[in-house]
Amino acid sequence: MSRYSAFSLLRGALTGHRHWQPAWRDPEPKSHYDIIIIGGGGHGLATAYYLAKVHGLKNIAVLEKGWIGGGNTGRNTTIVRSNYRLEPLHNLFEFGLKLWHGLSDELNYNVMFSPRGAMFLGHSDADMVKLAERGDAMRCDGIDADLLTRDQVAKLEPLLDMSRDARFPIQGGLIQRRGGTARHDAVAWGYARGADSLGVDIIQKCEVTGFVRDGDAVVGVETNRGRISAGRVGICVAGHSGHVAGLAGLKLPVESQTLQAMVTEGVKPMINSVIMSQSLHCYISQSDKGGVVFGGDPDNWPSYAQRGHPMVMEGAVAQGLALVPALSRLRMVRTWSGVTDMSFDGAPIIGETPVRNLFLNGGWCYGGFKATPASGWTYAHTLATGKPHELNAPFSLDRFERGATIDETGSGPMPNSR
Amino acid sequence: MMRIPCPHCGPRAQSEFIYERTVDSVVPLDAPSQEAMTKLFTRNNPRGVDDEIWRHTYGCRAWMILTRHRVTNEISGCRAIGPEALL
Amino acid sequence: MINFSFDGKAYTAQEGDTLAAALLRNGIGLVGRSFKYHRPRGIMTAGVEEPNALVTVGEGGRAEPNTRATDVFVYEGLVAKSQNRWPNLSFDVGAVLGLAAPALSAGFYYKTFFGSAKKWMFYEFFIRKAAGLGNAPTQADPDRFSHRAAFCDFLVVGAGPAGMQAALDAAESGKRVILVEQDNILGASLIRDPQELDAAWIEATAARIRAAGGRILTRTTASGYWEHDLVTLTQRLSEPGQVPANGVAQRLWHVRAGQVILATGSIERPMAFAHNDRPGVMLSQALCSYVRRFGLIPGKRVVIATNNDDAYKTAQALKEAGAQIVAILDARPAPAGANSGHRVYNDAVPLSTKGARHCLKSVSALVDGKVMDWDADLLAVSGGFTPVVHLHMQAGGTLDWNEDAQAFIPASSRQNVTTIGGAAEPQPIFKMVPVGKPKKSFIDFQNDVTLADVDLAWAEGYRSVEHLKRYTTLGMATDQGKLSNMAALGRLAEKQGVAIPEAGLTTFRPPYTPVTMGLLAGAGAKDAGAHVRRLALYDLHAAKNPIWQPLGYWFRPRAYPTGGETLAQAALREAKAVRNNVGMTDVSTLAKFEVSGPDAAAFLEIICATTVSKLAVGRGRYTFMLREDGIVFDDGTVWRLDENRYLLTSSTGGADRMATHISYVRQFLCPHLRVSAVNVQEHYAGLAVAGPKAKAVLATLVGEEPPRHMSTVPASIAGVPVIILAASYSGERAFEIYVDASQAEAVWAACETQVMTVGGALYGLEAMEFLRIEKGHLVVGGEVDGRMTPHDLALDKMLNKAGGFIGASGLARPALSEAGRRQLVGLEAIAGAIPEGAMLIPSEGASPQGHVSAAAFRIVEGGSVALGQLVDGFSRHGEILITSSPTRGQKARVRVVAPHFYDSAGERYRD
Repeated sequence: MSRYSAFSLLRGALTGHRHWQPAWRDPEPKSHYDIIIIGGGGHGLATAYYLAKVHGLKNIAVLEKGWIGGGNTGRNTTIVRSNYRLEPLHNLFEFGLKLWHGLSDELNYNVMFSPRGAMFLGHSDADMVKLAERGDAMRCDGIDADLLTRDQVAKLEPLLDMSRDARFPIQGGLIQRRGGTARHDAVAWGYARGADSLGVDIIQKCEVTGFVRDGDAVVGVETNRGRISAGRVGICVAGHSGHVAGLAGLKLPVESQTLQAMVTEGVKPMINSVIMSQSLHCYISQSDKGGVVFGGDPDNWPSYAQRGHPMVMEGAVAQGLALVPALSRLRMVRTWSGVTDMSFDGAPIIGETPVRNLFLNGGWCYGGFKATPASGWTYAHTLATGKPHELNAPFSLDRFERGATIDETGSGPMPNSR
Repeated sequence: MMRIPCPHCGPRAQSEFIYERTVDSVVPLDAPSQEAMTKLFTRNNPRGVDDEIWRHTYGCRAWMILTRHRVTNEISGCRAIGPEALL
Repeated sequence: MINFSFDGKAYTAQEGDTLAAALLRNGIGLVGRSFKYHRPRGIMTAGVEEPNALVTVGEGGRAEPNTRATDVFVYEGLVAKSQNRWPNLSFDVGAVLGLAAPALSAGFYYKTFFGSAKKWMFYEFFIRKAAGLGNAPTQADPDRFSHRAAFCDFLVVGAGPAGMQAALDAAESGKRVILVEQDNILGASLIRDPQELDAAWIEATAARIRAAGGRILTRTTASGYWEHDLVTLTQRLSEPGQVPANGVAQRLWHVRAGQVILATGSIERPMAFAHNDRPGVMLSQALCSYVRRFGLIPGKRVVIATNNDDAYKTAQALKEAGAQIVAILDARPAPAGANSGHRVYNDAVPLSTKGARHCLKSVSALVDGKVMDWDADLLAVSGGFTPVVHLHMQAGGTLDWNEDAQAFIPASSRQNVTTIGGAAEPQPIFKMVPVGKPKKSFIDFQNDVTLADVDLAWAEGYRSVEHLKRYTTLGMATDQGKLSNMAALGRLAEKQGVAIPEAGLTTFRPPYTPVTMGLLAGAGAKDAGAHVRRLALYDLHAAKNPIWQPLGYWFRPRAYPTGGETLAQAALREAKAVRNNVGMTDVSTLAKFEVSGPDAAAFLEIICATTVSKLAVGRGRYTFMLREDGIVFDDGTVWRLDENRYLLTSSTGGADRMATHISYVRQFLCPHLRVSAVNVQEHYAGLAVAGPKAKAVLATLVGEEPPRHMSTVPASIAGVPVIILAASYSGERAFEIYVDASQAEAVWAACETQVMTVGGALYGLEAMEFLRIEKGHLVVGGEVDGRMTPHDLALDKMLNKAGGFIGASGLARPALSEAGRRQLVGLEAIAGAIPEGAMLIPSEGASPQGHVSAAAFRIVEGGSVALGQLVDGFSRHGEILITSSPTRGQKARVRVVAPHFYDSAGERYRD
């Protein structure tokens, strides 16, 4: 892999950029791999990278039915944070956040990770106590969280509506300063380039159509490019988890729904951090190109259409404008949706399945992007050793029927209720 | 924004309805524990047609079962349920 | 004559001018600076596909940044400013970035700026300042935006010849028709190219459509095609920056159509050659528009470059207007263009332009292999036509490839949509290969993406259309790729060695053109779309100036401070009144259900996890409800009012959820039961009277012996029928009085008078918290947090041993009875105040083993107590722990105790 650097850019400038190599190869699938990862999104590519980098494994493939990073990795609102209330969640995400902080250098690919602060707003005394509780849970586990007064919130984000007679007046906030945003496509490409350079075969336009079984074990996959045998297979396909697991006869605690997001035309800097709310359900941040990235509640009905209900987005924009009225005359230039795999406690599933040699990483609901490094790292551990790491052990597939769910919002088994 | 054919009101905008859950997730009251938990915690979640429970919350408030394709949103059926539907 | 200003200078425009036309009319060719390289840019088009002429129009809170000058009609007093330049357009410091262009190739930022995240943020600061084009206004938006729904048999998009004819035919055959046009006049292509259908035809046809009942909306764009033929339209009622006539700036339509007819025409393609972005280079049909529609020629010496016949219409229009056409460069071989009466060069492909002082000076081309130059100040290009298929694709359509036109046209569709006119039948062109230097040949003008960038992306392996787009950012500017997508696909196909249709296609998504955020929000922007739920007795409470507490969409009195009291002081006084005297509070928001019928008790024993059928008539009990997974999700009381009639109450916060749950269970799980369950939450207002004097107060009000604790009787207060439930949340002898909400005022007034007479007080939610915490009563959303089982909450003794309730199966799950679960405990401060929400830790620096769910000072005895959840809490009474809140810098040592601190034996309820 040719290294990226300012010097290499300069060299390129002087030589008409003729020296650049493809960021990853386009190999034909081999007949056997020690580990096959189904799904070339951020999580799958990160998994492959860590399998090669941390576990030194050489015979790995990532099979992607379309083009890498084309699913939810390319469709999220790019937020990175670890400010969850429940311990197994904040510990997992925090492990990932630490990886984020060194990721560009690790991958020699600038993923533009920008710890500009991820802030939850509180709109009542009750909100503020809930935020303090969340912050205290984090701080007691060594994760940064700070309460902000009204004035501090206003100083950080001067365009927030701080009027006391607003429908949801802002009373303060909880900020995780080490959280922020990253360039989602770059994460996929960075991990892909890194994994490829360590010998991982990234095979695009390769759709898994079935599993090859030997008794109760999986020993390979059938694809549109032929049969490939494997020692272990890891599913990592987000909203399509149900479909792919279904090929192995598994029914998952997952329902695929739609989450919409949008971006405005680019304007000069106006939003400094990532703004979220304890009471309202919208997310506001500004990309480095100037567009304000905006998301809200999921659509709450099952869909694979990658398209939601227009009035859900309109409602989310109404909430956003109540918080930041200055958004009013900006124009939404692009809107998109992902297929989110809603799990039945809102937490991910990373671990074994009842089928031997078949593993699952999914159920990330709408919080998968921030977990990309943590998901990849722990899934790599699980695939390499056959057993979960301490960090992902709680997120087992069987936890639902055992009664050991990790329910951050306390809403229970219906995806709509959270 | 789909147009959902409410069995009582006729075709109405999706914004009048709320999706509740799928038919395959319904746990009958007399289901044995193990089966109940399997129903509660797994879904077919097909990339195709499924039966879903929707309610015309902002209309007649009746419950119904909607048969719908989850990729194309084509609706192939919508039938009423509940005590009145038993008549 | 209309007056307007641009960058502070005053100009005049003619009626009907777009800002672009007006600027050209005033000889202004330099209008903006490109995003990355700050190259000087002018006006390239006459429509919504404009990539360069972006200005901020309007002032104050209605200023609209990034407005296409081609898509705003001049009005008196219009104020426009150029963007993305400093200090001004002519001399822009940012242009120095152009010198660094070789290093700033596509994706350059992924290859550098390494170091710590802090270091990246340092670079990022400058990148963010350079990024973005206009500035968002900071003042409040003074205008409103409205939403409207409409229904029609035919929605016709585009009022060109095909669209107007289709709308006419449909309207005159008795169909309901809506015809929409994004321009402010009808006619579209007819305006620049009348053929036989001139202005008179347009006017007459429009009149006939209206006469037949059709609705015609101008300045209206069909923005998105959703499910089942639902189309969203965005309508401008005023131009950017213009004060709207009736306060509404734009309107968003949700139109449900029987059929949609797309007569959206096509967008002309530029050509790729070196410095094809210079001011003075314009699309041919746009120039024809400026000549015919606006009566202006933005240049003296015109060169036309084309690969099709259409540009000759522009030549004709120019000739009629007296312009000098220096040369027509026709990419096609002879005899194309012969007999046109102009100097035509065949096999001619533009190579490059030269300019001076931000305008065009000369054009060079490769003519049959030889380089030739012409002095010119205006170059019109026509590289072909791209049918506008966006809505067709959003509707789930497919495309065919039209080889003659080198364009995608609509094929089949899942929905009821048809495409007619120029969008279905684009004009044939000659396929040409760019010959100019790739690194100066722009294909995405706004984002400064060149052919060289596409080549670089290819070399680096970003080879699918989406990777190409995301890596180079082409198609991601405000023009959404309308001029760039096909050029990029063409280059990609070349690289792949396939025909264009095999190279791939990007997805088409709403909006067709960018939509104002305020318009999407509509009226919801004011209050986040969240209605307010008011108590039936709101006015009465409001007159006392309480501190209000939001709970979901409700506002409830938190306390009634008097004489300068703080919240804490008022709440303590109110709580003391309840403990020592009598207090009165509004409990109207509680969920309430009337459950009646022969199977009412059986039904309630499905919903509730306790017994219900054992209640005698006139008796009630505490109950709680489980989710299907066995977790406690609500609690309340149930009362047997009559043989087969029960009243169920549950929490305010869970009311909507409980109502849905009850309905679901009734309809789906036990439709055969003979029961009706009616949500009467808002039917009944409720008030509670609590305290040692409550019984005496009630006796006076109702004129008879009040019911004993946990009994219910119907009664009458102030002549109004009420239901009295003798229940206590506060821990004192108490009564809840439910009354028809419309008659509540008289009852409240009577109660309040009596309460005050004996020296009692009103109390709010804050006092209620003090009262219930020391009693150890649970609150949904607090102790009942959606993760606790009955056992965790010490409620398991109340479980209905016969089972059969929802949640019984869920409870059988093994992990729910394992050790190590969080359990309900009480906490007593050894000193200081327990912070609510704090973590419970065994020692400094240890990981939390629980948390404080609710904290208060004991009302009579003083001292800080709390309720909380603690791992294995039941077996840890007596342990000393620390409640720690690092975020608030507070902590207190506590002893773990049983979760009740006041009258554990319930003596206060006995008369």
